Amino acid sequence: MLRKLFLAAVAAAVVGLVVFWFLTIPVTVPASALGPHTPNLDNGKTMFDAGGCTSCHATPGQQDRTQLAGGMPLPSPFGTFYVPNISSHATDGIGGWSEAQFVTAMTKGTSPSGQHYYPAFPYTSYQRMAVGDVRDLFAYMKTLPAAEGRVRGHDLPFPFNIRRTLGGWKFLYLDGEPFRPDPSQSAQWNRGAYLVNGPAHCAECHSPRNALGGIVAAQRFAGGPNPEGKGWVPNITQKGLSDWSASDIAYMLESGQLPDGDSVGSNMAAVVRNTAQLSAADRDAMAAYIKSLPAIDGPVRPGR
Amino acid sequence: MKINSAIAVAAIAAVTFAATAVIAQQDPIAARKELMKGNGAEARAGAAMAKGDTPFDLARAQKIFANYAEAGAKLPGLFPANSKTGGDTAASPKIWDDMAGFKAASDKFAADAKAAGASVKDLDSFKAGFSAVSRNCGSCHETYRVKKS
Repeated sequence: MLRKLFLAAVAAAVVGLVVFWFLTIPVTVPASALGPHTPNLDNGKTMFDAGGCTSCHATPGQQDRTQLAGGMPLPSPFGTFYVPNISSHATDGIGGWSEAQFVTAMTKGTSPSGQHYYPAFPYTSYQRMAVGDVRDLFAYMKTLPAAEGRVRGHDLPFPFNIRRTLGGWKFLYLDGEPFRPDPSQSAQWNRGAYLVNGPAHCAECHSPRNALGGIVAAQRFAGGPNPEGKGWVPNITQKGLSDWSASDIAYMLESGQLPDGDSVGSNMAAVVRNTAQLSAADRDAMAAYIKSLPAIDGPVRPGR
Repeated sequence: MKINSAIAVAAIAAVTFAATAVIAQQDPIAARKELMKGNGAEARAGAAMAKGDTPFDLARAQKIFANYAEAGAKLPGLFPANSKTGGDTAASPKIWDDMAGFKAASDKFAADAKAAGASVKDLDSFKAGFSAVSRNCGSCHETYRVKKS
């Protein structure tokens, strides 16, 4: 009897492992899935600025937005990530990557060597991007300077250092869906929704996360603790921004100024250095979409 | 008479300046908060013009940049070593760890404001200059302020 129970347990464990193995296989986009494409470098730069790539990947301690050697430590509740080199350097950066490898990284969160990326790289948002925009971004990034230097590995405790487990995380939080426009809304609103939810990845910081580090979908954009450490990220639904006009939001994205005369601080200042590069039309679109977010209560901020 | 009033104006200016200096010495935290409040008022006025909420006024626009330039010049002097804590300050310890960097950021703010003030001539040039100067606020606060709320 005991022997039977033991065998059943072993069988269950084997089945579990097999299921885990299949569920956690990193997904890739084959080159054959990409049709012909003429890159638009201007659009690639727009995606680069909307995406805020340089805020994390720029070489620390210098002002040039296009030096992308990485190396900045990114603290999180799961350990410290070290941001990789994404310059056009052939071996240290992404200069040797194929277009399909880049599209795979951005939309599937899988590296050229077939490993899962950690979602500190916000592919949960980038997966919403149009493949044409991702390809334009890649073409633009190839025009930026090659910066030398391989970045050290992440500093993560067990079990977070086992990349394969991220397959399970992706199963829960990476739906693989592209952005779908809402035909009942204006073209401007849809452009804003695309930028905010796709490249600009606003929800990644402006939403609370659960114990597994997944965004709490019901409280998307409702703010929460700063995932990178100190402070609190504001609720940007109408719960938090009801007394802001759309032009207040657009102007904040251009100048970093808040309606009360104060300025954004913390990580948002870096975001504004990106959004300031966008066209006024794109900032207005983002503002129109954000202004339309229904009021949602976020987590309660602890007293200080 | 004319000379007398000129002297009076100069005297008042001197007294005001001295009083400000004394306040700054006695309570630099209060003084820098006052200065930031002034910046905030200018920021609101400038944003209102840039967004078209109030009509563009060239003299007012130049005044905003002049006030910013003056504030940028005064700023580094309002953070003496004995004002690191107390008075509910939001100043980051990084200011004192990197006073040279802090001073450079203040100088850049003042220089940008001065340049924008010299080149502003209409609404479009104001918009461009004002948002560029304003980004100094955010980038300095990013590093040197620990916001509590």
